[in-house]
Amino acid sequence: MHIVICIKQVPDSAQIRVHPVTNTIMRQGVPTIINPYDLFALEEALRLRDAYGGEVTVLTMGPPMAEDALRKALGYGADRAVLLTDRYFAGSDTLATSFALSQAIAKVGETFGAPDIVFTGKQTIDGDTAQVGPGIATRLDLLQLTYVAKIASIDLAAREIKVERRSEGGTQMLKSRLPCLITMLEGTNEIRRGSIEDALCAARSKVMKWSAADAGIEDLTRCGLRGSPTVVKRVFAPAARAEKAVQIDTAEKTLRDTADELIAAIFTRQPALEHELAFNSGA
Amino acid sequence: MSTVNRETPRPAAGRAGIKKELPDHFKDYRHVWVFIELERGQVHPVSFELLGEGRKLADKLEVQLAGVVLGPPGEAIGNAIAEAFAYGADLVYIVEAPLLADYRNEPFTKAMTDLVATHKPEILLLGATTLGRDLAGSVATTLQTGLTADCTELDVDTDGSLAATRPTFGGSLLCTIYTLNYRPQMATVRPRVMPMPQRADKPVGRVIQHKLSITEDEIVTKVLGFLSDSQSAKANLAYADVVVAGGLGLGAAENLQLVKNLARALGAEYGCSRPMVQKGWVAADRQIGQTGKTIRPKLYIAAGISGAIQHRVGVEGADLIVAINADPNAPIFDFAHLGIVTDAIRFLPALTEAFTRRLSPHNRDKLAS
Repeated sequence: MHIVICIKQVPDSAQIRVHPVTNTIMRQGVPTIINPYDLFALEEALRLRDAYGGEVTVLTMGPPMAEDALRKALGYGADRAVLLTDRYFAGSDTLATSFALSQAIAKVGETFGAPDIVFTGKQTIDGDTAQVGPGIATRLDLLQLTYVAKIASIDLAAREIKVERRSEGGTQMLKSRLPCLITMLEGTNEIRRGSIEDALCAARSKVMKWSAADAGIEDLTRCGLRGSPTVVKRVFAPAARAEKAVQIDTAEKTLRDTADELIAAIFTRQPALEHELAFNSGA
Repeated sequence: MSTVNRETPRPAAGRAGIKKELPDHFKDYRHVWVFIELERGQVHPVSFELLGEGRKLADKLEVQLAGVVLGPPGEAIGNAIAEAFAYGADLVYIVEAPLLADYRNEPFTKAMTDLVATHKPEILLLGATTLGRDLAGSVATTLQTGLTADCTELDVDTDGSLAATRPTFGGSLLCTIYTLNYRPQMATVRPRVMPMPQRADKPVGRVIQHKLSITEDEIVTKVLGFLSDSQSAKANLAYADVVVAGGLGLGAAENLQLVKNLARALGAEYGCSRPMVQKGWVAADRQIGQTGKTIRPKLYIAAGISGAIQHRVGVEGADLIVAINADPNAPIFDFAHLGIVTDAIRFLPALTEAFTRRLSPHNRDKLAS
């Protein structure tokens, strides 16, 4: 079985700071990580390979430094890594990104065998759009299975897959067919510690670097800024609230008195709330 | 919207030069559409919130607001149509077919893209639910148009373009995104980000039917079953009137019980900040913030939550925010209305006890009289 997993290198959002004057992201010293949601997809891909045999190819699109993310993925045990990198991809929105990635996946398929499953994470932590997975599925005509909580079974001979999919208010049990695209839900597994052999292998193995031409992309107008229907017109910092919180003084008061004072302040501001709480709450 | 290589949002000057040249074949795209999310007989409330926003956009553009309902024949679709009019739609498009009973990407994408190609809306809004995001991504790719996810503000520019504002980098910055030369301009909005508009009973207006041009044989994916969330897991966090949440200031996973106790005393839902989920202390569906749930309760009590920007994005719509945090410099005090600088672990039991006293049957009788 051949599995392709798309990952993204993202800045660790917990450490992002915005320059107060220019409103630009201060990247200096901000570490990059594999998008945390992608690790659930990667682990699932590795487990399937371990169970059914085959290979896992990791793919990312990004600047040359995104090679680090691919090396980490190799360290977890992926078999092959492809970095799609070209200045023509700069400024891609989700439509242009899914175009480039789908072309690269097709090329990976031609070169190493057609994938049975393409994985992505649920979304990224920097873009948060959850659009690239469905975009790839649509372009490659793969069956689209998003928010998958569990892969219940795979029958390779019958090309059949059963999954549990998170939906509003419950879980759908779906039967579908390979090849498919799966976006994996968070919390569904835990990324393994890579073995020492995998670590050595990751250090030795070469990350393939593909330009647009290497990926077989002929129509460059569909890439990058030119291939992106959306345009970012304005970037700005969220407006600060004019007033800070009114502080309830705690000095020389018992916890009980402080609590009573806070509750009084709450009900002064929201007079209707006391009545509602008294009649609806468990108190 | 942007992902891979657009990591640094550029200053406006870098992109403002892109000219609007709407190709001729898009010039007859008109009117604002809202996808009415009907699943298992229920309309998701985010659809009504979107009708409220859609109404404002349609009025500014002086065009009509349409609801789009996809579903199986039956009472539910009739109700969904009536509700769409009650929340402000001028007309409703429907695709009614038994195979739309459960959500599946293939028939829903087919129904929606056919409708768009036939009736040509300039704006199409969907809720950023699991269903809406699954559908919007494939519809936008099929139509080769722009899609802006998780918008927090929608407006119409002087030239009639949709200006869709969304948080980026976990809410550290906001960016306004346009889809200048493609139609429809698509956007999703998360539940509770927009206020619920007033409902007013109205007669059912014009309903336009469209046939579904796909048969069950052509649909590969089959629904084998649906497992409803258990009552205890069915947290209606997003729509709760009162929410109590805990963060890392609680120090240990077991201290979340203090938050749950207060929530129970108030008949409230409980939640948490992102680090609590990352540590595996709380299930992901309880997470409040940019990557979790957006809430708009009447009262929000945040205990031991520092108030990172990505948390703030998810709670700003609350009527009253109360912050309990031991650190007087915690950013949460910049956007909370009431604050207490104290250790949440010590204070929560006292607050629970005080609320219980205040809301006791004895006091309740006084309130009622």
